[in-house]
Formats: sequence, C-alpha cells, structure tokens
Amino acid sequence: MSDHADLCETHPSRRRILGTAGALFAWSAIPRTATAAPGARDARLVVVVLRGALDGLSAVAPLGDPAYADLRPGIALTRDGPGAALPLDGFFALHPALPTFARLYAARQALVVHACATGYRERSHFDGQDVLESGQPGPGHTASGWLNRLVAALPAGEGIAPRTALGVGVVPPLILRGPAPVLGWAPPRMPRASDELARRVLALYEAGDPALAASLARGLDVDALAKGRPKEGGPKEAGGLRGLAEGAARLVAADDGPRIAALALDGWDTHANEGGATGRLAGLLGGLDGVFSAFAEVLAPRWADTAILVVTEFGRTARVNGTTGTDHGTGTVAFLLGGAVRGGRVLADWPGLAPARLYQGRDLAPTTDLRAVAKGLAADLFGLSPAVLGRSVFPGTEALRPVGGLVV
Amino acid sequence: MTVDPRRTALALGRFGLGARPGDLASAEPIRDALRREVLAGAVAVPSGPDLEAAPTLLSALRAEEQARKLAREGAPEASLPEGPPAPPIQERAYRAEVAARLALAQGAPIGFAERLVWFWANHFTVSVARGPRLRVSAGAFEREAIRPHVFGRFRDLLLAAATHPAMLIYLDNVASVGPNSPAGQRRQKGLNENLGREILELHTLGAGGGYGQDDVTALARILTGWSLTREGNAEGLPGATAFRRGEHEPGAVTLLGRTYLDVGPEQLRLALADLAAHPATARHVALRLARHFVADDPPPALVARLAQTFLDQDGDLARVSLALVEAPEAWDPVQRKVRSPQEFMVAAMRGLGLAADPRVVMAGLASLGQPYWAAAAPNGYPDEAGAWAAPEGLRARLDLAARAGQLAAGTDPLALADAVLGPLATDETRTALRRAESRAQGIALLLMAPEFQRR
Repeated sequence: MSDHADLCETHPSRRRILGTAGALFAWSAIPRTATAAPGARDARLVVVVLRGALDGLSAVAPLGDPAYADLRPGIALTRDGPGAALPLDGFFALHPALPTFARLYAARQALVVHACATGYRERSHFDGQDVLESGQPGPGHTASGWLNRLVAALPAGEGIAPRTALGVGVVPPLILRGPAPVLGWAPPRMPRASDELARRVLALYEAGDPALAASLARGLDVDALAKGRPKEGGPKEAGGLRGLAEGAARLVAADDGPRIAALALDGWDTHANEGGATGRLAGLLGGLDGVFSAFAEVLAPRWADTAILVVTEFGRTARVNGTTGTDHGTGTVAFLLGGAVRGGRVLADWPGLAPARLYQGRDLAPTTDLRAVAKGLAADLFGLSPAVLGRSVFPGTEALRPVGGLVV
Repeated sequence: MTVDPRRTALALGRFGLGARPGDLASAEPIRDALRREVLAGAVAVPSGPDLEAAPTLLSALRAEEQARKLAREGAPEASLPEGPPAPPIQERAYRAEVAARLALAQGAPIGFAERLVWFWANHFTVSVARGPRLRVSAGAFEREAIRPHVFGRFRDLLLAAATHPAMLIYLDNVASVGPNSPAGQRRQKGLNENLGREILELHTLGAGGGYGQDDVTALARILTGWSLTREGNAEGLPGATAFRRGEHEPGAVTLLGRTYLDVGPEQLRLALADLAAHPATARHVALRLARHFVADDPPPALVARLAQTFLDQDGDLARVSLALVEAPEAWDPVQRKVRSPQEFMVAAMRGLGLAADPRVVMAGLASLGQPYWAAAAPNGYPDEAGAWAAPEGLRARLDLAARAGQLAAGTDPLALADAVLGPLATDETRTALRRAESRAQGIALLLMAPEFQRR
C-alpha cells in the first residue's frame, strides 16, 4: 500500500479534537411526526451528552453562595476582574467560555437546571452514563436508550417513511440504541464505495446475515438522505467539533430530515488542573459553546421549534481536590436552549454548599431529577403522555412529575 | 489426528489475527498449535529505532517542548534548521510504535499472543487522546507493562500497569499527594482518586464488585506518592516511576476490610496482590475474556470455569488462556463476534498479503473509530457488535474494502476465498464472488462477507 498514502484522508483537525474533547457522536431519529396534525408543532430535539462528568459548579457558579469561593481555591469563578463570570441572575453566573449561551439566555432562549442528577448515586462514569443514557433507574440495563424509546413511542404519522434514526459518528451512543431503527452518518473521511458494490454487499447480507443487513441498510439510507444537499461539511470543510455539529444540524434542519438527534462529547473528567476562567475546563466549555453557535446558525430556520438538552452523568466534588481539580460527585447542571425553550431562567431548588448541606459531605446535593426535566420536555414538545413517559421512556418514574413550562 | 480445515479457519479468526494464504493447509491441528503458542510463553517484542523506554521518551518530549518554547520566546539568532520541520517526538514515537505492531501482526503465525496483548492493553487502557505525554508513551506502556505479563501472573500485570508512568499520568496519580504527608502539609495538596477508582472498577473487581466510596478513597491514599522522578533528581531519569515517601499519606489504611500498614511501596504491592486474588476480580476478568473471544453475551458456564481457573491457578494467565482454548464453548461453529476495526484491518492485510503503509492503516483505523491506544475513556474500546457493526461503522468498512479491492486487484477473489475462508465461505458468498464485475469488486465483497466480518 506504500504508494497510496494519499488515498485516505488524515485529519489533523479531528485528531486535535480527539486530543481535547475526545470522540464525538451524533445520532438522530426521524419520527413520523413530519405529517402531524395541522397546527401541531414540528419540533426538533437535540440531546448533547457530556461524558466524563461536567463540573456544574464551574459551568454555572453559585457566586451568591457564601461557601462557594472557600470550597474552590484556585478554580472558583469571580464576579469581577479578568475572566469575570457572566451574570445570569443575582445568585448564579455563567462560565465566561460560554458567550453564545449567555446571549441566548439574555434572549430568553436558554435556561439552566442546577443541582440536578439522574437517579444514580454511585460514582462510576460508565455506570452513570449507562443510567443517564438508558433512562433506567439503575445500571445494568443497556439494551436500549431513552431517546430511542422516545422515538418508538411517538405517534405514527402518515405518508412518511418508517421510523428511522440517523447518526453522525461510527459508534452509536447508548441513548439512541434500541428497537427503533437507527441510521448512521459521519463526516466522510475517504471516498465512498460505489453504489453497485454497496448493493451487492447488502444482497449478500440479506441472504445470510440479517443483523448486518439491517445495519448496513441504515448506513446506506443516510447517503440517500444526504444526496441533493449542498456539499458542505466535507473533509476539507470546517473540521473537528464545529464541523460535526454543523453537519448534524444541517441534516436536522432539512424538511425531510431527522427530528431527533444526539451528540456525545468526551473529555469532561477534570480530576487535575481543572482551571478557572481559563484552562482545561474553559477549553472544553469553549468547544461546547461553539457547538451551540453552530446549531443556532444552521438551525436558524427551525429555531423556533428547536430544543437542545445538554446533560452529563453526574457532577463533581464541591471541594477542590488535592490536585486543583475535582473528583466524581453527584449534583450538577443541565442546559436547555433553543427557540422553543422558555428561557432566561435558572431552575434550582438550591440546596446550599455549607458542609452539612453537601451530599455525603462532599457533593452538591441533587434536588431536581433530570428525568423530570427530560420528561417535561418530551411531553411539551411531542405531546407524549405522562403514562407513556413513566412506563416506557423512563421506566419506574410514574410517580415523578414532569417539569412543566419548559417550552414556549 | 486429523486436521479439520473448518476448525482451523474458525480458530485463526477467533483466537488469532486472521488467516494468511497457506495457513489453512497447516498439517498441525489448530488447537495443538494454540496450546503450543501459550506454553512457549513467548510474546514478541516490538523493535525499531524510536522505540525507547518510557522515561527516555517523556524526557525527550520535555526537552523538545522546552526548546520550542525558547524558540518561540525570541532568540532570533538561534538558527533555524534547514528544510521542513520534523514532526514532534510524540508523533514520531507513536507512528514508530504502530508500525512495529503492524509488522508483528503481519508476521505472527497465528497471533493468539498478539490478540491477548490487544485485549490486555484495552483492559488497562491508557489513551493517546489525553495529550502529548500519553501519545509519546502509550506504545511504551504496551511494551513495558503489558507484553511481559500476558502469560504471567495477573498481579504482576496489574502492578506493572498501575505503576507505569503512562498510567500514573493518564489517571492523574502523578499529582495525588497524601493530605497529611509532609508535602501535602507544606504545599496544601491532597488526594486525586481517579486511578484508585478505576483500578477497582475497571482493572480488578469491576463495577458491582462490592466496594464503596470509602474503598476508593482508601486505595487513592495507598497510591499517593506513586509518581514520576522529577527533573534534576539524582534518583534516575526524569519521567521514571518513583515512590516519593514525602508525598505518601502516612498511617494504616483499611481497604475492603483489610488493614494495610504504612510500610512504604510495599503497601501498594500488598493491596494490589489482594485485589488481584479477589473472587470478584476473577469473575470480572473471566467475563471480559469470554466476551472478547467468544460472544458478546458469553455462556455463563464458560465464564465460571475461566474464573475458577483464575482462582485455582493463582492468576496464572497462561493457564487461563489455555482454559479458554480448551473450552468447548469457545469452539462454537457459529461466528458470533463481529471483528473490531483493528481485527478487520489486520485480517485484511494478512489475507491480502499487503505490506501495509502504517499511515494508510492508521488513517483507516481512524475512519473506523479505533486508532491504536486512543479510546475515549479509561474503560477502553467497546467489545460488542452494537458498537462496531453500527450503520456508519459498516458503511466506513465498505469504503475501506472498496479501497483495498483496488489495491489488491491482481488477486483472484475466489482463490483468495479458498485461501483465507476455506470451508467457512458460504455458497452465497462464492456465488457473489463469481458474479463480481471486477476483481477489485470481488475482493471488496470477500472482505465484507459475513464470514470475514465475523469471527
């Protein structure tokens, strides 16, 4: 192969992203709601999963809490000076690396949920992510993700292709795995194989390997969907995180495109040298803000019907650890943004950071169940009933009331 | 003893790196050959000019970074070298390490030991995604901490992996300081529990292995002081693993109900030896091995037997590997596992006899989502079809197969099917190859055939 080093694209930009924010996936689904009842909203929902546990107390700092600054020497945000936090209300302030979010918040299109968590109370990333993405009460259930079950629960529309899910990235995240079919898409990194070869391989799978056949068929379907779109977001276009977000947003924005998408970003596990207004976490948040800005730009024509939910498996210790970072914790933040969001608010039943108020003496105590937020969003955007949400999307949460009023 | 070519073809994929032309004609029963590979106990050592020890590489990286910083900060009189700038040391080292692995993979007769190296390097993940210090040292980690112990004792593998410079950096132990140690008191530093947690959750007991937050903190205390030699220290090369007494948390620590006295570096060795011998560790390791080699959801009886062997044989990994090869469940004629991207690329290389340009293979692995030692998180790459046989993943494999077909267009697809799949090739596949429009298309079809994608 030595004469063909040029045959495959190498992407320094992507490598750089892998070195900082980690690998990325975006998956999305096309529910049959494209022909929903007249007057019904044709909503878009994008879920961004931050893997590694985002430090909610740095992303949205409770500057008004008297214990905050003392818990976090070396990384606490401040009201004034260089790199001052961006004020949200009198109590909370936003990390300065999130200017797009601040702008949307001011326009009442973004809100913060603070001191929230899933039902998981241990501190394993991998179990925590499984719980976050599976939507199950505890770890050990990885057969399907809640977003996939949400797609499956949507009322069937008419005159549109069967329910499918579409993904960006080569490995599907758990949140979208499951019975509802899932398609895949990634920014192309090498020339595509011919349609003829694809057809023949598919025929071979159909003859003897239904699992591979189903998977490949969905991979090929996306090519058809992407055909006729402007040739943007190719390997030579904006690379890395932003390019990926733009590519995903373009598919979600299309009339016949998917209505539900998920994007996973790695690298939030800031055990050491987390940084404050600048540094490691600031860099990660800056990347996330770029994703927000890409979605807001590309989805502009659909913005009024769009909601983006940003979640993470759990938070980090309230106290800075011995290495100017934070270890695995419990309560954290979730972000919600988009034209469909009733924003300009911080939703928090604030537990306080005084020593006796911390969960197990170390973490921000969770006071809002993240699943109640997701259920409220799903109910308001897609009209799913509490019964369906409590039974099949988030099993075992019949008694957990959806948070209302999240959507305009 | 008669040789069953079907079993040979099956085992070369399941336990090995894939058949090369000629391999299916071997006169030795494949299980005997696998046993022989384990009992020989030899694990190849990658070689090449840039394959240095981890401390050497880390020191060289530091020197290069300092030189670049100086050059940036002015010193205009410093003469610039002629020609294009050389790639930084971490890129040179990483490429050389990958190239050495590809050469080993190409040349291995069966490759069971190489597959075990991949497995254990993923079990004890360090990731180049973390930054230059990991990019420069991840290959050295695999050479120094994994390879020597693949057929040795699990406790030695665990100790080597947990205390290797790359792991100490990757999971932040280099900065973890006992809060009551002299250094902790002086510098207001303290614990970082990252490595302690992942040793319990990923490397030994497994999630649900019966430990709690107190045990995580306890192991983190025991791990304090395990760091790297600093610049200007007479003890050794900067970047080498060092136990720094002055940063170690003083006092006895209770982990999983056992008390470990503060006896210096021995404290960690004792704690890890106990963790390595724990029944939960045996179960965890057995499950992961069975899942990797046999099925995403492996037969419980197989897992139980491997775990028992692990306990009975004091964590002797040669015995555990043999138990796997001897297990009837491991010879299930149904190919249940989908090859990982790495397994697929290497099997294609071996089958086609292509001397791979490492840059091409690296780009291919990147497009399939599995570059060498680059998992997104400490739990390593996934090991199930749901991750690797996903729509976009298969789509990308199709593109790669098409490219490989063009490169190998001088090869006859049917002859190749006989050589690398033999009796595994189904009638449907043979018909599809016969009807192919071109040799290139036929080769691509062969590489994408279920019998080649699965193992």
